[in-house]
Amino acid sequence: MRSRREAPKMEEAAPEKDNLASVDHILLVLSGKGGVGKSTITSELALALRNAGKKVGILDIDLCGPSIPRMLNTLNSAVHQCDAGWVPVYVDKEKTISVMSIGFLLETQDEAVIWRGPKKTALIKQFISDVAWGELDYLIVDTPPGTSDEHISVVESLRRYKPDGAVLVTTPQAVSIGDVRRELTFCKKTGLPVLGIIENMSGFVCPNCSECTNVFSTGGGEALAQESGVPFLGRVPLDPQLTRSLEEGRDFIQAFPESATFDAISNIAQKVLNDVGKPSALDT
Amino acid sequence: MANESGFGGDFPLRSISDCPGTVSEQAGKASACQGCPNQAICASGIAKAPDPAIQEIKEKMASVKHKILVLSGKGGVGKSTFSAHLAHGIASDETKQVALLDVDICGPSIPKIVGLEGEQVHQSGSGWSPVYVEENLGVMSIGFLLSSPDDAVIWRGPKKNGLIKQFLRDVDWGELDYLIVDTPPGTSDEHLSVVQYLSATHVDGAVIITTPQEVSLQDVRKEINFCRKVKLPIIGVVENMSGFVCPKCQHESQIFPPTTGGAMKMCNDLNIPFLGKVPLDPRIGKSCDEGKSFLTEVPDSPATLTFDFDHAYDNLPQRLSVRLHH
Repeated sequence: MRSRREAPKMEEAAPEKDNLASVDHILLVLSGKGGVGKSTITSELALALRNAGKKVGILDIDLCGPSIPRMLNTLNSAVHQCDAGWVPVYVDKEKTISVMSIGFLLETQDEAVIWRGPKKTALIKQFISDVAWGELDYLIVDTPPGTSDEHISVVESLRRYKPDGAVLVTTPQAVSIGDVRRELTFCKKTGLPVLGIIENMSGFVCPNCSECTNVFSTGGGEALAQESGVPFLGRVPLDPQLTRSLEEGRDFIQAFPESATFDAISNIAQKVLNDVGKPSALDT
Repeated sequence: MANESGFGGDFPLRSISDCPGTVSEQAGKASACQGCPNQAICASGIAKAPDPAIQEIKEKMASVKHKILVLSGKGGVGKSTFSAHLAHGIASDETKQVALLDVDICGPSIPKIVGLEGEQVHQSGSGWSPVYVEENLGVMSIGFLLSSPDDAVIWRGPKKNGLIKQFLRDVDWGELDYLIVDTPPGTSDEHLSVVQYLSATHVDGAVIITTPQEVSLQDVRKEINFCRKVKLPIIGVVENMSGFVCPKCQHESQIFPPTTGGAMKMCNDLNIPFLGKVPLDPRIGKSCDEGKSFLTEVPDSPATLTFDFDHAYDNLPQRLSVRLHH
């Protein structure tokens, strides 16, 4: 296991505090396309890693459209300040999942964050340096769609922590695949390793007749993974029941292992666990 | 770390939304400006001076009758699909000249959806020429300026704003009945720039697209607040992917369940017009992937009827044009 605690000091000036010093692994969840399920996959991955006994932090850098607080039923939580920085919001009593999102800093949920790039960059830098995560096995960074300010800023700020890599989320249709190709180019250009591609919303099973319809077509994610030589991590079905329980903020920690999505996500989480465990996987 | 890029202080908790705006008297001086990286620029007054491009764009847009922005706080709800089919729907009337402008700089989907992927923009004496789907439907997108579909546009805000300015000022749009502007998700550079550059012209307003579930509505409410803050009229809200009819047994399921009442309830609560629902039909996605209009590909789809200018009484273009003309 590569530990961030042993990460060599970079030549840049040492910061006063280093809140990511006790974070073992950093993953980014990316997609060129919006609405493909980045936040859902982020939440599900966190739950699956928690089920595997890991301590997980989620950093939501979608500043104009933060979804994580609702999905993890932490909408009305506030961020507090302590000596080490901002205290993240804990999802469960055992404090196995912690979250930081701009959603916790807004007066009301409907408030629009109308910011141009520089201001977004400033807050992301502050999220990277000032959140007191404590000891984490995994920090998962959920991102907005695109390849712009947020993405450039987070990759630059995380560079010295050598993130393990990015998980790319797509839906199966060609319009979405096109945006993910561009995101792959972004990873290449910025030197961010790609852990693999997840195809989300792959098929819907009619609750009435059990016919599986490929609402957004199928197979596109796998084909793209093959074509670009990156691992295909798996397919996650459309699961209205899980959507509902995430939406209503029900006890998803209980609901999740019973859902149809659980097997698919657990397999993916297992692949991620195996991959980031081996340092050699980082060089490829 | 905290001092990179001139960013010195900390955002005070719970007050990040108090930015007075760049043209305010308080710009750079309000308490919320403490620690903002733009404080010095705002305080200097440079940001208050209007961009000369706004006047040039006003002149350019004098020959455009109606300007409609398609917005949504949320990604992947169907902004581009809607924009393209609204354009197709209006352009099915041959007497109307329609243009579709894609300002999603990092994720342009329009070229693929209208079947123009791989096309290039040509330069003429009077500016950049749009690429035409039909004689009366022209399209402009950054997709036409890229050399390969893998090209990532890794740009920060100012560069994106520069291109949007060029799209509005330097494209040879000609005489238009409708200019439909498709946008990326969010409430950031692209949105502020479009609204600012069009500020000297008359914009009819924004059509806001959402899907039925709360995770999407929550972002859409932010977009509505954006419109109110920048004084952009809201033409109405369209609920997309509303219900899925199983092609085998015709049973209707809610793939994206409206757990909080969907778009109609939100519109009632916020007192804005609800324009209608477009059902989720797998054939829509397929015709978008193939770059064809599902209005002509799948004329029998319930989704098509919502766009059919001639045959349905209560269709979306009709409702739109009614709202535009009074």
